[in-house]
Parts: sequence; structure tokens; C-alpha cells
Amino acid sequence: MNTPTMLNFGAGAILLSGLTGDNWRLADYRARGGYKALEKILENPNHWTPDQIIAEVKLSSLRGRGGAGFPTGMKWSFMPRHAPEKYLVCNADESEPGTFKDRDLLRYNPHLVLEGMIIAAYAMGCARGYIYIHGEIWECYERMEEVLKEAREAGLIGKNILGSPFSFEVFNHHGFGAYICGEETAMLESLEGKKGQPRYKPPFPANVGLYGKPTTINNVETLANVPYIILNGGQRFLELGQPNAGGTKIFSISGDVKRPGNYELPMGTPFTVLLNLAGGVREGHMLKAVIPGGSSSPVVPASTMLDTKLDYDSIAKAGSMMGSGAVIVIDNSRCMVKSLLRLSEFYHEESCGQCTPCREGTGWMVKILHRLEHGEGREGDLETLDQVAHNIMGRTICALGDAAAMPVRSFLKHFRDEFDFHIKNRRCQVQDYV
Amino acid sequence: MSEATVDKSQWLNLVINGQPVQVPPGSTVMDAAIKLKMMIPHFCYHKKLSLAASCRMCLVQVEKIPKPVPACVTTVAEGMRVWTRSETAIAAQRAVISFLMINHPLDCPVCDQAGECYLQENTFGYGDCGSKFVEVKRVVAGKNLGALVSAAEMSRCIQCTRCIRFADEIGGKQELGMIHRGDRSEVVPFVGESYTSEISGNVIDLCPVGALTSKPARYTARAWELSSHLSLSPHDAHGTHIAVHTKQNRVIRVVAKSHEAVNECWIADRDRFSYEALNSDQRLTQPWMKKDGVLVESSWEEALPFAAAALSHIIEEHGADSVGALISPHASLEEMGAWVRWLRGLNCDNLDTRLRTRDFSADASNDSLNPSKTHSPSSIDWLGMPIADIAEQRAILWVGSFLRTDHPLLAIRARHATKKGAAMMSVNAQRADWRMPVAHDWVVPPSKIAHALAQIIVAAQGLKKETPFSLPEELGEIVPSEVARAIAQQLIDANGRAAVLVGSFGLHHENAEALKTLSRVLAALTGTTFGVLPDAANRLGAAWLRAHPITQKGLNARSVLESPRRAYVLFNAEPCDHDQGAVFSRAMKKAQLVIMCSPFKPDASMTRLPDVVLPITPFTEMSGTLINMEGRVQSYQAAVTPLGEARPGWRVIAALSQLMNCPFPESDLHQLRQTFVPTADALNARLAPRVDLAHIKLDVPRDIIHPNENTRAIERVGSVPLYQSDAIVRRAASLQKTTWAMPPRVGMNRHTLNELGLTVNARVRVMDAVLLDALRTEPLSVEIDETLPLRTVRVDTAHPLTWRLSGVSGKVHLEVCDD
Repeated sequence: MNTPTMLNFGAGAILLSGLTGDNWRLADYRARGGYKALEKILENPNHWTPDQIIAEVKLSSLRGRGGAGFPTGMKWSFMPRHAPEKYLVCNADESEPGTFKDRDLLRYNPHLVLEGMIIAAYAMGCARGYIYIHGEIWECYERMEEVLKEAREAGLIGKNILGSPFSFEVFNHHGFGAYICGEETAMLESLEGKKGQPRYKPPFPANVGLYGKPTTINNVETLANVPYIILNGGQRFLELGQPNAGGTKIFSISGDVKRPGNYELPMGTPFTVLLNLAGGVREGHMLKAVIPGGSSSPVVPASTMLDTKLDYDSIAKAGSMMGSGAVIVIDNSRCMVKSLLRLSEFYHEESCGQCTPCREGTGWMVKILHRLEHGEGREGDLETLDQVAHNIMGRTICALGDAAAMPVRSFLKHFRDEFDFHIKNRRCQVQDYV
Repeated sequence: MSEATVDKSQWLNLVINGQPVQVPPGSTVMDAAIKLKMMIPHFCYHKKLSLAASCRMCLVQVEKIPKPVPACVTTVAEGMRVWTRSETAIAAQRAVISFLMINHPLDCPVCDQAGECYLQENTFGYGDCGSKFVEVKRVVAGKNLGALVSAAEMSRCIQCTRCIRFADEIGGKQELGMIHRGDRSEVVPFVGESYTSEISGNVIDLCPVGALTSKPARYTARAWELSSHLSLSPHDAHGTHIAVHTKQNRVIRVVAKSHEAVNECWIADRDRFSYEALNSDQRLTQPWMKKDGVLVESSWEEALPFAAAALSHIIEEHGADSVGALISPHASLEEMGAWVRWLRGLNCDNLDTRLRTRDFSADASNDSLNPSKTHSPSSIDWLGMPIADIAEQRAILWVGSFLRTDHPLLAIRARHATKKGAAMMSVNAQRADWRMPVAHDWVVPPSKIAHALAQIIVAAQGLKKETPFSLPEELGEIVPSEVARAIAQQLIDANGRAAVLVGSFGLHHENAEALKTLSRVLAALTGTTFGVLPDAANRLGAAWLRAHPITQKGLNARSVLESPRRAYVLFNAEPCDHDQGAVFSRAMKKAQLVIMCSPFKPDASMTRLPDVVLPITPFTEMSGTLINMEGRVQSYQAAVTPLGEARPGWRVIAALSQLMNCPFPESDLHQLRQTFVPTADALNARLAPRVDLAHIKLDVPRDIIHPNENTRAIERVGSVPLYQSDAIVRRAASLQKTTWAMPPRVGMNRHTLNELGLTVNARVRVMDAVLLDALRTEPLSVEIDETLPLRTVRVDTAHPLTWRLSGVSGKVHLEVCDD
């Protein structure tokens, strides 16, 4: 496995701090204070009741790091208390273009994720957990197998964890690289051995999940924050970030920057700080646009982004979303038509085909964009493209339809001149100033 | 939740488009709209299938929900307000139509579905006019689903997955699936397979577009040229409702007609595709007479007087007892009634409909033959419950039933029951592919089925200590096996919501009456329903009319052939229809006169040509009445006028009786119906009631319960192949191209194969172990079939290659052929 080239964290980092790339084993994690949170809970079960843990997580304002940003404590509280069989699934099917934070957490700090999972299972009364690992990061699957073996031998998972009455078994499961399996109900279908297609909701997984049983699905980074919250208290975690979004966030910055990589920063850090950490745009180029939350989030023009802080509310105010924290930087050497074509091809490729608007609409958008990019654009294409994207939005079973539509609508909104140029001149505007 | 089970006070109120409606909790917006008879356009939604919510056509606006929601899966909440034609809803509907249309070929002018296409209708009703799509459309390669369902134009598919869900949920096997993703998704059969379900044709009705169409009916008519006639399928005792579609007095196709209590909205493939035989060149369109050893075309004017005179002559010379008469049990009540009336008028009692029955021992105790006996009323065996109740049972023991081939639609009901957790159990001579979970599949050689039932009875007796029933000593020494105990336990645990049902193999078994008696006792002992699965479309009608010998001297369907008669009258009965094909054939050879009434030219099994063949009409060309397995009396009307000179059977019989000077009073269809069609009350009075333990006697011969153990004899298990069930189905071209119609093979397990010293694909003739010479099959190939018990070979009956070998059970001998 390669050693990390870009593991970056500031003074406040709680997930990536102390990592060298080689110190991922149980002994290293223990040396960093690992499994102390779990021990703290199991040693004092009368204080650390499941309700108390959920209350602490609620206090921390931890929000789901997979993209939707749903408050984690509230999600945990939805699990029916007395159901005999419940499941916990760790969503490690990280596959949104631009996102690569979960991969590094699993590679370099896997026991942190596992400890978070064990605590979550304790809080929700789950006896079984699955880690669903993206099919194209096979090395993570192998490493997690090793990690589970270590943990099992140390009595950290399995029957009577650390001698307590609590038992929790964890299994790794690798997908085969389908983006849609990151959607939580498609993931459950895939875990059950079926074709990965999202389920209609309601019922939500908290009531009818894996094998029809109550299930909670949490992102890797979300779970990794849990031990800190238990050790240091929800209040301290909350104070690391913003009032309604506690803690830090790993930003995967990629694209036209000098030092792309993962940067763990407190919530609310100005975008310019992140951009500077990543070395800024290349010499002689100018920042044109930023996709701030993974490829499905709306693109934001440079001028707006430079004034924006990195937290849920600020990015929303800028017209986009925090998403998974994957920041894609686009400089003025990039053609927005070609960039959008590339993004749309991804969503066309990954649409599961179940429901009509997404199945047919993603293909239609690619066909139009392909013509535009290749100098065959026509009058009215942009209106049609926007209409198609509009017709997909809000009418599909899962969020993939919206994910495919949002880039299209935002690219057209902010960079319409480039698209018009393609239609009128049958070539790219960007070539002029590169 | 069904309307019946919920207290009305708990019903929820909602308003759709301003119209208030009340529905039980758990209902969807779609349910509520259907209740209001309000159309919400849809493609993937189907009332009998699971909800996919994937086509998005049924998006509606609901108050306080920002996005449009699919009506098919949105459950109703109290006070909900819904709009199906608001701006939001219309925008969503238009968007979905525009998406569906971009890749749909605009080939309506050559598409079979045009005129009855959901996509066409919804596009006109809910779409936006014009299209902005200027790209190249998707092309999807056609698929081969076999001889019945055409999937040649899969570019038309809109991925609604109705067919996929049907195959899995109703057909019981995931035979169809969706491969690839996104707009590359394709519906495919399992790799290298065709679509083999016995109810596959329903996907043609289900497919909302022209992707799946009827292979035999393709390109023969446009939907708007067809007129629809309601009818009944006469191929099994289900009483299935069908719609016969005709054009210019010709049957073009048959589709399902919904009848919730009988067939829901499904029909079997033989109901749907048998019509091909009706227009085939095998139809008889005018009377034929034998002249100089060959059949030549004749006329009614010549043939009818000849038949009447020849028959009268034989009766005058040798008495009415020298005449034997066989009629198909698929015939209508009107035909059977006229036929019985005519023969009894001639004083002939050698008449029967029970062509495949082998065991007539119950006739000896029939009250009309033995008036002194009181315990065995002339009650009619039936299903013992309404068809729909099969789905409500908690446990069913099927005795000698190949359910899927004998009663494809009853198998659907049983499948519904298993979804609710019911235990299906079987005692049979072969482990069938049930396409549903089977809790206990007990496989024993045919001669041991009675013993197996006796074991279950003993086990049930042991489990129910307080029962007043004392077992006869024949059963005293029986020690029930584990599986016998488990089956008995399941039946008892079902608390009355269970049944013991005897299927065709049991009814045609050489010890059928013993199997029925044992099953009846078992049902009484466990407090469950006893029933039989009647083997023909009008089996109950035949029993109602007593279309069988009623005097001591009358000969039944078997003895009338074993002691040959001078003259035979065959009504739609061919050697293939009879349990003893070779005996049938031989009796015809010895007879002076054979009169045959049939819609079809005699087939190769009629080795002795009839002297007269009178063309009668099949079900589509006349009106008739059938009584199905649940005792439902149903009539159908003619869909087309008779082909050529063919005439309804009852009219032919009326003419014969008139010419023979013994006319019967009923001169038209109306009068026939008044005389022969029972009222529901009259029929119910004769349907066998639930068996009372106090009034039952277990009088089964000892040697049937305890067959000789020390024999190495080979036994046969056979049943009528799915598409050999009657004269029409046998002649339906496309059904005969399916995998079900492949030449029968001789199946046996590996141990039997080794014991017999045979090899796979060896050619053998199977022959009756006693009457070796005549009763044997054509050469058949040997195959390994591990679903069979030791020393039991599977040889289907009623097939052109096997009809000479009699019986579905019994001892056989295998002769290796040289070729």
C-alpha cells in the first residue's frame, strides 16, 4: 500500500492527527488512545446508557458526513428500542467523483472507524454490523479484514466485548463499484445479494432495513467522530465547529490545485484557507469555479466561492451544498461544456435504470452535451437541456436523479456564455485564452 | 388490509380532486382513486403484483408534500388532500411521458399493441404534444422467449418490470430479469433458457406496450378490428373466464377475462393458445363416411340417416346392450344431457365419461346400484371449498397431484397461500417442481401411496388423543415415519384451515378409491377439508347428470372396452383420451359399427376408421354450460358461427334420436338448459359435505395398504402431459412447439438405471407387465430423473408415443430396442 502523500490536518484535527500511513494497526491505535471511549462506556454502563450516548451525540451536533448532513443523534434515536434484530451498516461505498476521504480513513485509521461503529451498535442495540466497502478500493477491503481479525482477537468485537454483556459481530462486504450502492437502500439490496437498486421510502431503513429489520446506515467519517464525542463530550465537539454542525470535516480537494489531498479542518473554515493549504491554483491560471461538495453539488463561480465559509449553511447560501466535502477546483483552462459532459456521462453510466426520469433523462442529457461539445449544438438545445434536468429533479425514487440534474442546471446558470459560444461558433471558448 | 377486516369507524377520509372518499387504513392513494373510479395514469402498477413505484407515471400532488409522490405507494393519511390534475401533477405526467417516448420507437402502425397500448393512451391523455428529442433512439435486440411469447421488439420495452414481477411472484420462478443498468437495461430470460412457465402468456396481457406480444397471433389483426366474446376455457375444471377475440367470424386470439373468485385475472397458456386448433386444417367441416375402406366426404343428409339406421339395426338384432358409448368429460352440460337422454331412451346403459379412471370399485357401492346401502350417497366429489379459499389455507396435503400441469391456476392460489406462510405438503410418486416452497414432499412408489396415507392417519390418531375414531386392525401394525408425523402435525395445527386434496394421479391410480377413502378419513381425523381436483372441465356436470352406468348390467368406461361391443358411439373421445388406449383401439377394430362425433378429423390413434364421422362444434362455436371444481355453474355463448357444416353436439344427438324414433322432449338449447343445468341449491345438495368422523368407515383392502414388499417389479408413474389434455389442446400448433410438448422420455433414478442395466439415452419400449404384447409405448429414450423413487419409471400417458400403454400407475416391463 502506498504511503500517504497528502494527509493534512491542522491543530484541531481529530480524525487524521498523528497518522503516518503505517501506524494503522491496533497497537498503534491504542498508543494514540484508541478504544478508550469504548472502555469508558463499558466500564461504567450505568452512566453510559444507550440513551446517554445518543444524547451526547445529539448535543455534539454531529451531522452525517456522507452527503445529506442528517443529524446523527436523531437518526440513531429513530431505531425502535425493543426490536429483537437490528443492523448497523457502515457506508464505505465512497464513489462520488471527487470524494476520497473514507478511503484514507479506512486505510490509515481503520480502528477509529471500528470503534465508532461498536459504540453506535451499543447505543442502538445492534448485534450485527456490516462494512460495505466500495468495489474499486480492494486494498481497503483487505486491510479491513486484517483489522477485524485484530479486533476479534483482542475481544473488541464478537461475543462479550471486553468482558461485558455486550456482543457485536462485524463483517466486511465489498461491492463491485456501483455508485448507486452508496444510496443506503440500494446498499441494503446489494447486501442482501440483489441488484443494487434503491427502495421506495417510506418505509425508511430504521423501520424496514436489511432483511426487513430495523437498520441504521452511517458514513465512515460520521462513525469515526463518535469516539471523540464520547471521550471529550458533545459540547467540546460542537465547539470545534459551527453551532448547528459540530466538529471538523475532511475536505477532499482535487482538480486544479497544486497539492490535492485530504485536509481536516474545523467546520466553518473559509474556503480560501483550504485553497491556500492545497497550494492554490497553478501559476498563470485563475480560479474559475468550484464544485464544493462532490460532483453532484451545484457549481459555484469563483467570485462567490472566495467569500464562502466551509459549513452547511454558508455553502447553501452560496447556492450549493456541503455534500461529502469533496471540493473540485476548476481553473480558467477548463471548458465547462466538456467538464459537464464528463460529469453527465458518469451519472448516465451509474443510473440504475429503475425509474423513468433518471433512466431516460441522464441519457438524453449526455446526448445533447455530446453534440454541444463536438460542435453540433443547435438553437434551443440549452433550453431542452435545462428542461430535461428540471423534469428529472424531485421525481425519482432516490437522489441520483437530482444528483445528475443539479450540475447541469448550475453549469447552465453560471456559465451559459460558454455553452452559447459552443453552439454559435462550433468550438470551445476556452481555447482562446489558454 | 381488506375492506372486510377493518371496522368502518377506523376508515380514513381523504379528498381527491375535491371528491371525498373513505378507505381502510393501509390503502394507497391509487386504491382510493380506483374506488372513486378515477383514472390515475400508470404503467408499472398492477393490482396483483408487488409495487415497484418506478415508472413515475402516477405522480400526484399531495397537500403539504413539496414534491409530487407516486399514488401507487403513497399510503393514505387521515385528511389527506390529493390532486391528480394540478399544475404539479400535470407537469410530472408530461415529463414522464416525454422521457418514456424519447427511446420508444414510433412504430405504432406496425405494432400489434396499437389500439390497446397504455403508452399510446397515456401519451394522448397526459402527454405534451411534440417532442424535443432529436437524438438517435436506443435499439434493443429482440429476445427468444419460446414459442408463445414474442419478444422480438424489445426496443418498445419501457422497463416497467411487470413481466419480471409476474414471473417471480405469480409464476413462482425468477425466469425473467433485468440485466445492465440505466438506459441500457434489458429484460431477458435466464441465460440460455426460454420462458417455460405454464402461465407465461399472461405477460402479454400485462405488458403495457408492444414489447411482449402473442407469437401465434402476431400480425393477424389490429386491435380495433376485433370483437370480444366472453367465454370459458374448457381445458380443465377451473372454469377459467376468457375473452375470445374474433375477426370476420374467425378466432384471432384469446385473452384473460378477470373473475376474481375464479381465475383472478390470469389464464393458463393452454387456455390462451388452444384456439389455434380451431382454425387448423385438422378441423372436420363436413360429415365423413367410410366407403371402400377410406373416409370420404359426405353430407348430413346422407351420413345422419345412415348412422341412425345402422345403429337401429344393431339394436334390433342384438339389443341395446350391444352398444357402447363414451363422451368426453370436457363436453358441456347441454351436450351430455342430450346424450344421456338419447342413450337412456334407447335403453342403453353402457355409457360413461370417466375415460381416464381405472378404479371403478366405488360403483359397486353406489346407491342407485345397491339401494340397500345407505352410507354411500351418490354425492359428488368436488374441491370441498371455493377456489379462492385455497389461498386462505394454512396447510394443504396434495395426494397424487401434479398440480402445475393439471391445474395451473389452482397452483397460483396455492402459491398465494405459501406467501402467507401456509405449509404445502405432498404425497406422490415423484417430486414435482412446484415453483413454491413445499414443506414436505414425500415421494414413494405408486403402490405405496396408500401405505403412506395410512402412516399419516396413524400419526394423526396418535396426536389427537380424544378422537372417537378407532382404527381398523389393518392399520394397527403401522409405525408412522418422521415425515408422516410432521404432515399430521401440520394438518392438525392448522386448526381446520387445512385440506387434503386428491389430484389427478391419485384419481387415475389403480387404487384410486382406496386413496380417496384414506384421504377422507385423514381429513375427518384432522378436522380438515377433503376434496378432489376434478380431472376434466365438466367432471362435476357429468356427475350431476349421472352420465355413467346406473344399473347392474351397465358397463363403465373400462369394461365397455374390455368386453367389446358390436357398436360404439364416440363423442369427442379418442383413444388418447382413454386410460387404456390400446384396449380402446382393439375394441374399435372388433366392432361392426363406430360412429364418431368430433370437431376434428380422426387422428392416427384411431387405427380403425369410424364408419361415420359427424362434425360437431368446439366451445367457441356454440353455447354451453360447465360446472367447475368448486361447483360453480357457468354458461358461455358462441363467439363465432360453426365452421363449415359442423353443428353443436346436442343438435346432432337430437337429430339422431329423432331419426331413431326415440325423440326427447327438449327441442332447443333453452329447454335443454332448463332440464339439465342445475340450480345452485340443487347442486349444493349433492356436493359431498364435509366428512363427519362418526359416519365414516375405513374399508380399504389389506393388500392395498400393505403391498408386497419383496418385489423387484418396476412401477410406472405417469400423467397427462400439459399439452395433451384434450382434443383441442393436442392440435394447437404453438403449444406443441413448447418444451412441455417434447417427446416423453423414460425417467428413472440412477439406482434403477443401474439395476436395469440401462444407459442414458438407451431406447426402450415400456410395456404392461401382464399384457406385454399390445400395451406398449413406441421406443422412448431413457433419462436420469432423481425425483423418482427406486424402481419407479416416469412415462407420460396420452401422448402419441405412449397412449397404447394403459394406466398412470401399475407394473411395467422395459424392453430394450435394437435401433
